[in-house]
Amino acid sequence: MSDSQLLPTGQKKINHLEMIEISKFFPGVIANNRVNFDVKAGEVHALLGENGAGKSTLMKVLYGLYPPEEGAIKLDGEQVVIGSPVDSIGLGIGMIHQHFMLVESLTVAENVALGLASTRGPLTDLDIVSQRIQELSEIYGLQVDPKALIWQLSVGQQQRVEIIKALYRGAALLILDEPTAVLTPQEVDEFFLTMRKMMDDGHALIFISHKLHEVLDISHRISVLRDGHMIGTIPVEGATKEKLAEMMVGREIGLKKERVSNEKSEKKLILKNISAQSDRGTPALKGIDLEVYSGEILGVAGVSGNGQKELAEVITGLRNVTSGQVVLEDEDVTGLSPKELINRSLSYIPEERMRDGMIKEFTVAENLILREYDQLPFANNGFLNLKNISTHSDEMIKSFNVKTPSQETTVKSLSGGNIQKLVLARELFRKPRTLIAAQPTRGLDIGAMEYVHLRLLEQREEGTATILISEDLDEILALSDRIAVIFEGEIMGIIDREEATTERLGLMMAGVVE
Amino acid sequence: MIEKFFTEAVLVGIIASGIRLATPYLYASIGETFGQRSGVLNLGVEGQMLLGAFAAFYVSLTTGNLWFGLLAAMLTGLIMGLGMAFVSINLQAVQGISGIGFYLFGLGLSDLLFQKLMGTVVTVSGFRPIYFPVLSDLPIVGQIFFNHNILVYGAYAMVFVAWFVLNKTTLGLKIKAVGESPEAADSLGVSVSKIRYLTISFGGMMSGIAGASLSIALLNVFQQNMTSGLGFIAVALVYFGGWRPIAVMGGALLFSMVNSLQLWVQVLNIPIPSDFAVMMPYVLTIIALVVTVQRVRPPSALTKPFERGH
Repeated sequence: MSDSQLLPTGQKKINHLEMIEISKFFPGVIANNRVNFDVKAGEVHALLGENGAGKSTLMKVLYGLYPPEEGAIKLDGEQVVIGSPVDSIGLGIGMIHQHFMLVESLTVAENVALGLASTRGPLTDLDIVSQRIQELSEIYGLQVDPKALIWQLSVGQQQRVEIIKALYRGAALLILDEPTAVLTPQEVDEFFLTMRKMMDDGHALIFISHKLHEVLDISHRISVLRDGHMIGTIPVEGATKEKLAEMMVGREIGLKKERVSNEKSEKKLILKNISAQSDRGTPALKGIDLEVYSGEILGVAGVSGNGQKELAEVITGLRNVTSGQVVLEDEDVTGLSPKELINRSLSYIPEERMRDGMIKEFTVAENLILREYDQLPFANNGFLNLKNISTHSDEMIKSFNVKTPSQETTVKSLSGGNIQKLVLARELFRKPRTLIAAQPTRGLDIGAMEYVHLRLLEQREEGTATILISEDLDEILALSDRIAVIFEGEIMGIIDREEATTERLGLMMAGVVE
Repeated sequence: MIEKFFTEAVLVGIIASGIRLATPYLYASIGETFGQRSGVLNLGVEGQMLLGAFAAFYVSLTTGNLWFGLLAAMLTGLIMGLGMAFVSINLQAVQGISGIGFYLFGLGLSDLLFQKLMGTVVTVSGFRPIYFPVLSDLPIVGQIFFNHNILVYGAYAMVFVAWFVLNKTTLGLKIKAVGESPEAADSLGVSVSKIRYLTISFGGMMSGIAGASLSIALLNVFQQNMTSGLGFIAVALVYFGGWRPIAVMGGALLFSMVNSLQLWVQVLNIPIPSDFAVMMPYVLTIIALVVTVQRVRPPSALTKPFERGH
């Protein structure tokens, strides 16, 4: 670390930022309860916690998006008031949001210049801004073309724009909110290089993630939040995944279920040369060939937006193919309706559980019979059998361990993990012969994730043919028998789990053909 | 019969009045372009125009000064615009519906004031064509370009001002950002409500001038519902022009040329039923919208109220 009080950008360092006894309440929820947190120049301080633990709230308080109810923020020993992003930016605090704050239809330079005073008064000075962007790019190795439109850039490049935007505003302290969630493993490596460079130069970095190995890799100190409380801050030396997971969840995580080896038997589902369009009418799938056997989990890995959604929808009858064939149990089912596919024992765990998986205004009981609402034992000649429905709900709530006040509760008031358990209950109780699981654990905390994994492995043992679509490579590697990698609507290759490594999959995810 | 059309005088007349008739569309749709670019759909343009037209006419009539009339129209439009801004920004109302409310309010109030304060249709002598030495006397060109009143030239000037502001200034950058991604703008310290207040009240002022251009420059009368849908067409022209001022002007010109054509068809007594002639501009709007709406993507945040943290 250099001893100068200035950063290479010319900005003064933030030597020590402290958040003291911060409390933030939302109606009915204590998001932060007397939380203490601090970060120093030249260090990466990781903030860990499950969804809803209060990480984002704490950072939004620091960035001036939420006013705290109690507590103080001290910058180099002096108390400061941060009422809005204008204040935090003025103090040298920058934030890279999980969902990028970029205007897609504008250029890189325009996005950087937005909201800043121009050297030409009311007129824009994009040429000067572009020059400065080039300088910053060179210092930090963040190559971007200032004239490019945001929507033309890859996710990794967009992230560079976000970092440049913060540095341009003189950020000495950067809040990085799950920056690696959208990146391929190679992009993560590059991103870490940038982080290390910034750290060596004396930036203070706050790193939010729930990927434990990344946190262990890059951080100096790790703080864990749970239910709005600060559980503890520990140095990275001596920290282990198990220890961190335990701090996050509050109990010991019981570990992985052993995968039993299964004999591959019959081909359940065959996709032959499938092509389909996206919602925008552009080609989303380009000649996909896949086969799934009973008793097998076929993992489909890839960075989101490469055709995964369309793939799931084509198989489940929600999207028409432009060419190709879907064969389910030796029968051509191309173009059949979702209902007809349901009747052929196909189950679907959709990516957007709140939008496609559940009707959030309906009760737990109603949502549990969405697939068989018109069949015995739930209905007879068009009349619902409320007694059977109620018995069924109680059984499901119990056997899938759903935490809900009652079966009459509307689904929208349940937590993400419990909603996903309901989806699983509905899709798995009928013992599907084929299962499409799209991002089944996205947004779930460790406990719920563990549960979903156990259930998927159970299905595998019972002989279900499963396609597991996921962006989470750890999940893919933990569950799959074979792994297909999808990139821009094409399968880059299919490899056995035993031969798969993160590096190899990462390259394929970036479009390198095997 | 048809050959009557192809005389020089008639063709020049059609083009000249086409250029003139575009005036109210231009003011209204350029104002609306700013609002929509910042993410607010104001469907109350027609009502703002009617009140503007009345204010301009009544003040001109009573004071005898057309400039006071114009000022009154601008103020009226501004107040209406502030109302729309308050309802859509502070109260976060559904913009399509509240716009219709403002339209009906303008329609009703302008008629009420007309009944109470004037009662009968009278005329004022409105803005006169400006005489440019030499230029106005040129054959054809003089007739087409140099024989209009100040509000006509003002309308075209506003198109280029709008283009300049949207593309060359920091304000324009903020407006576009607020309309595309208010979250991003907010995170950089741009005040979403301030920008939207600015564009909506400016749009209201422009609608007021659009109304004035009818009542004290083009027609020189005030009548109940004298805009007859013109404000709604102005909103449609913004979509037609893909939210870009120059293209909006193209749409306004196309529309007013067709309008001018149908007026001449009637004047010359060409045997096309007048109902068809009158229908032409409206049919054209529908066709134009169907053809273009698929082509350009509207500002992403159009009609979406902004609330931090959602």
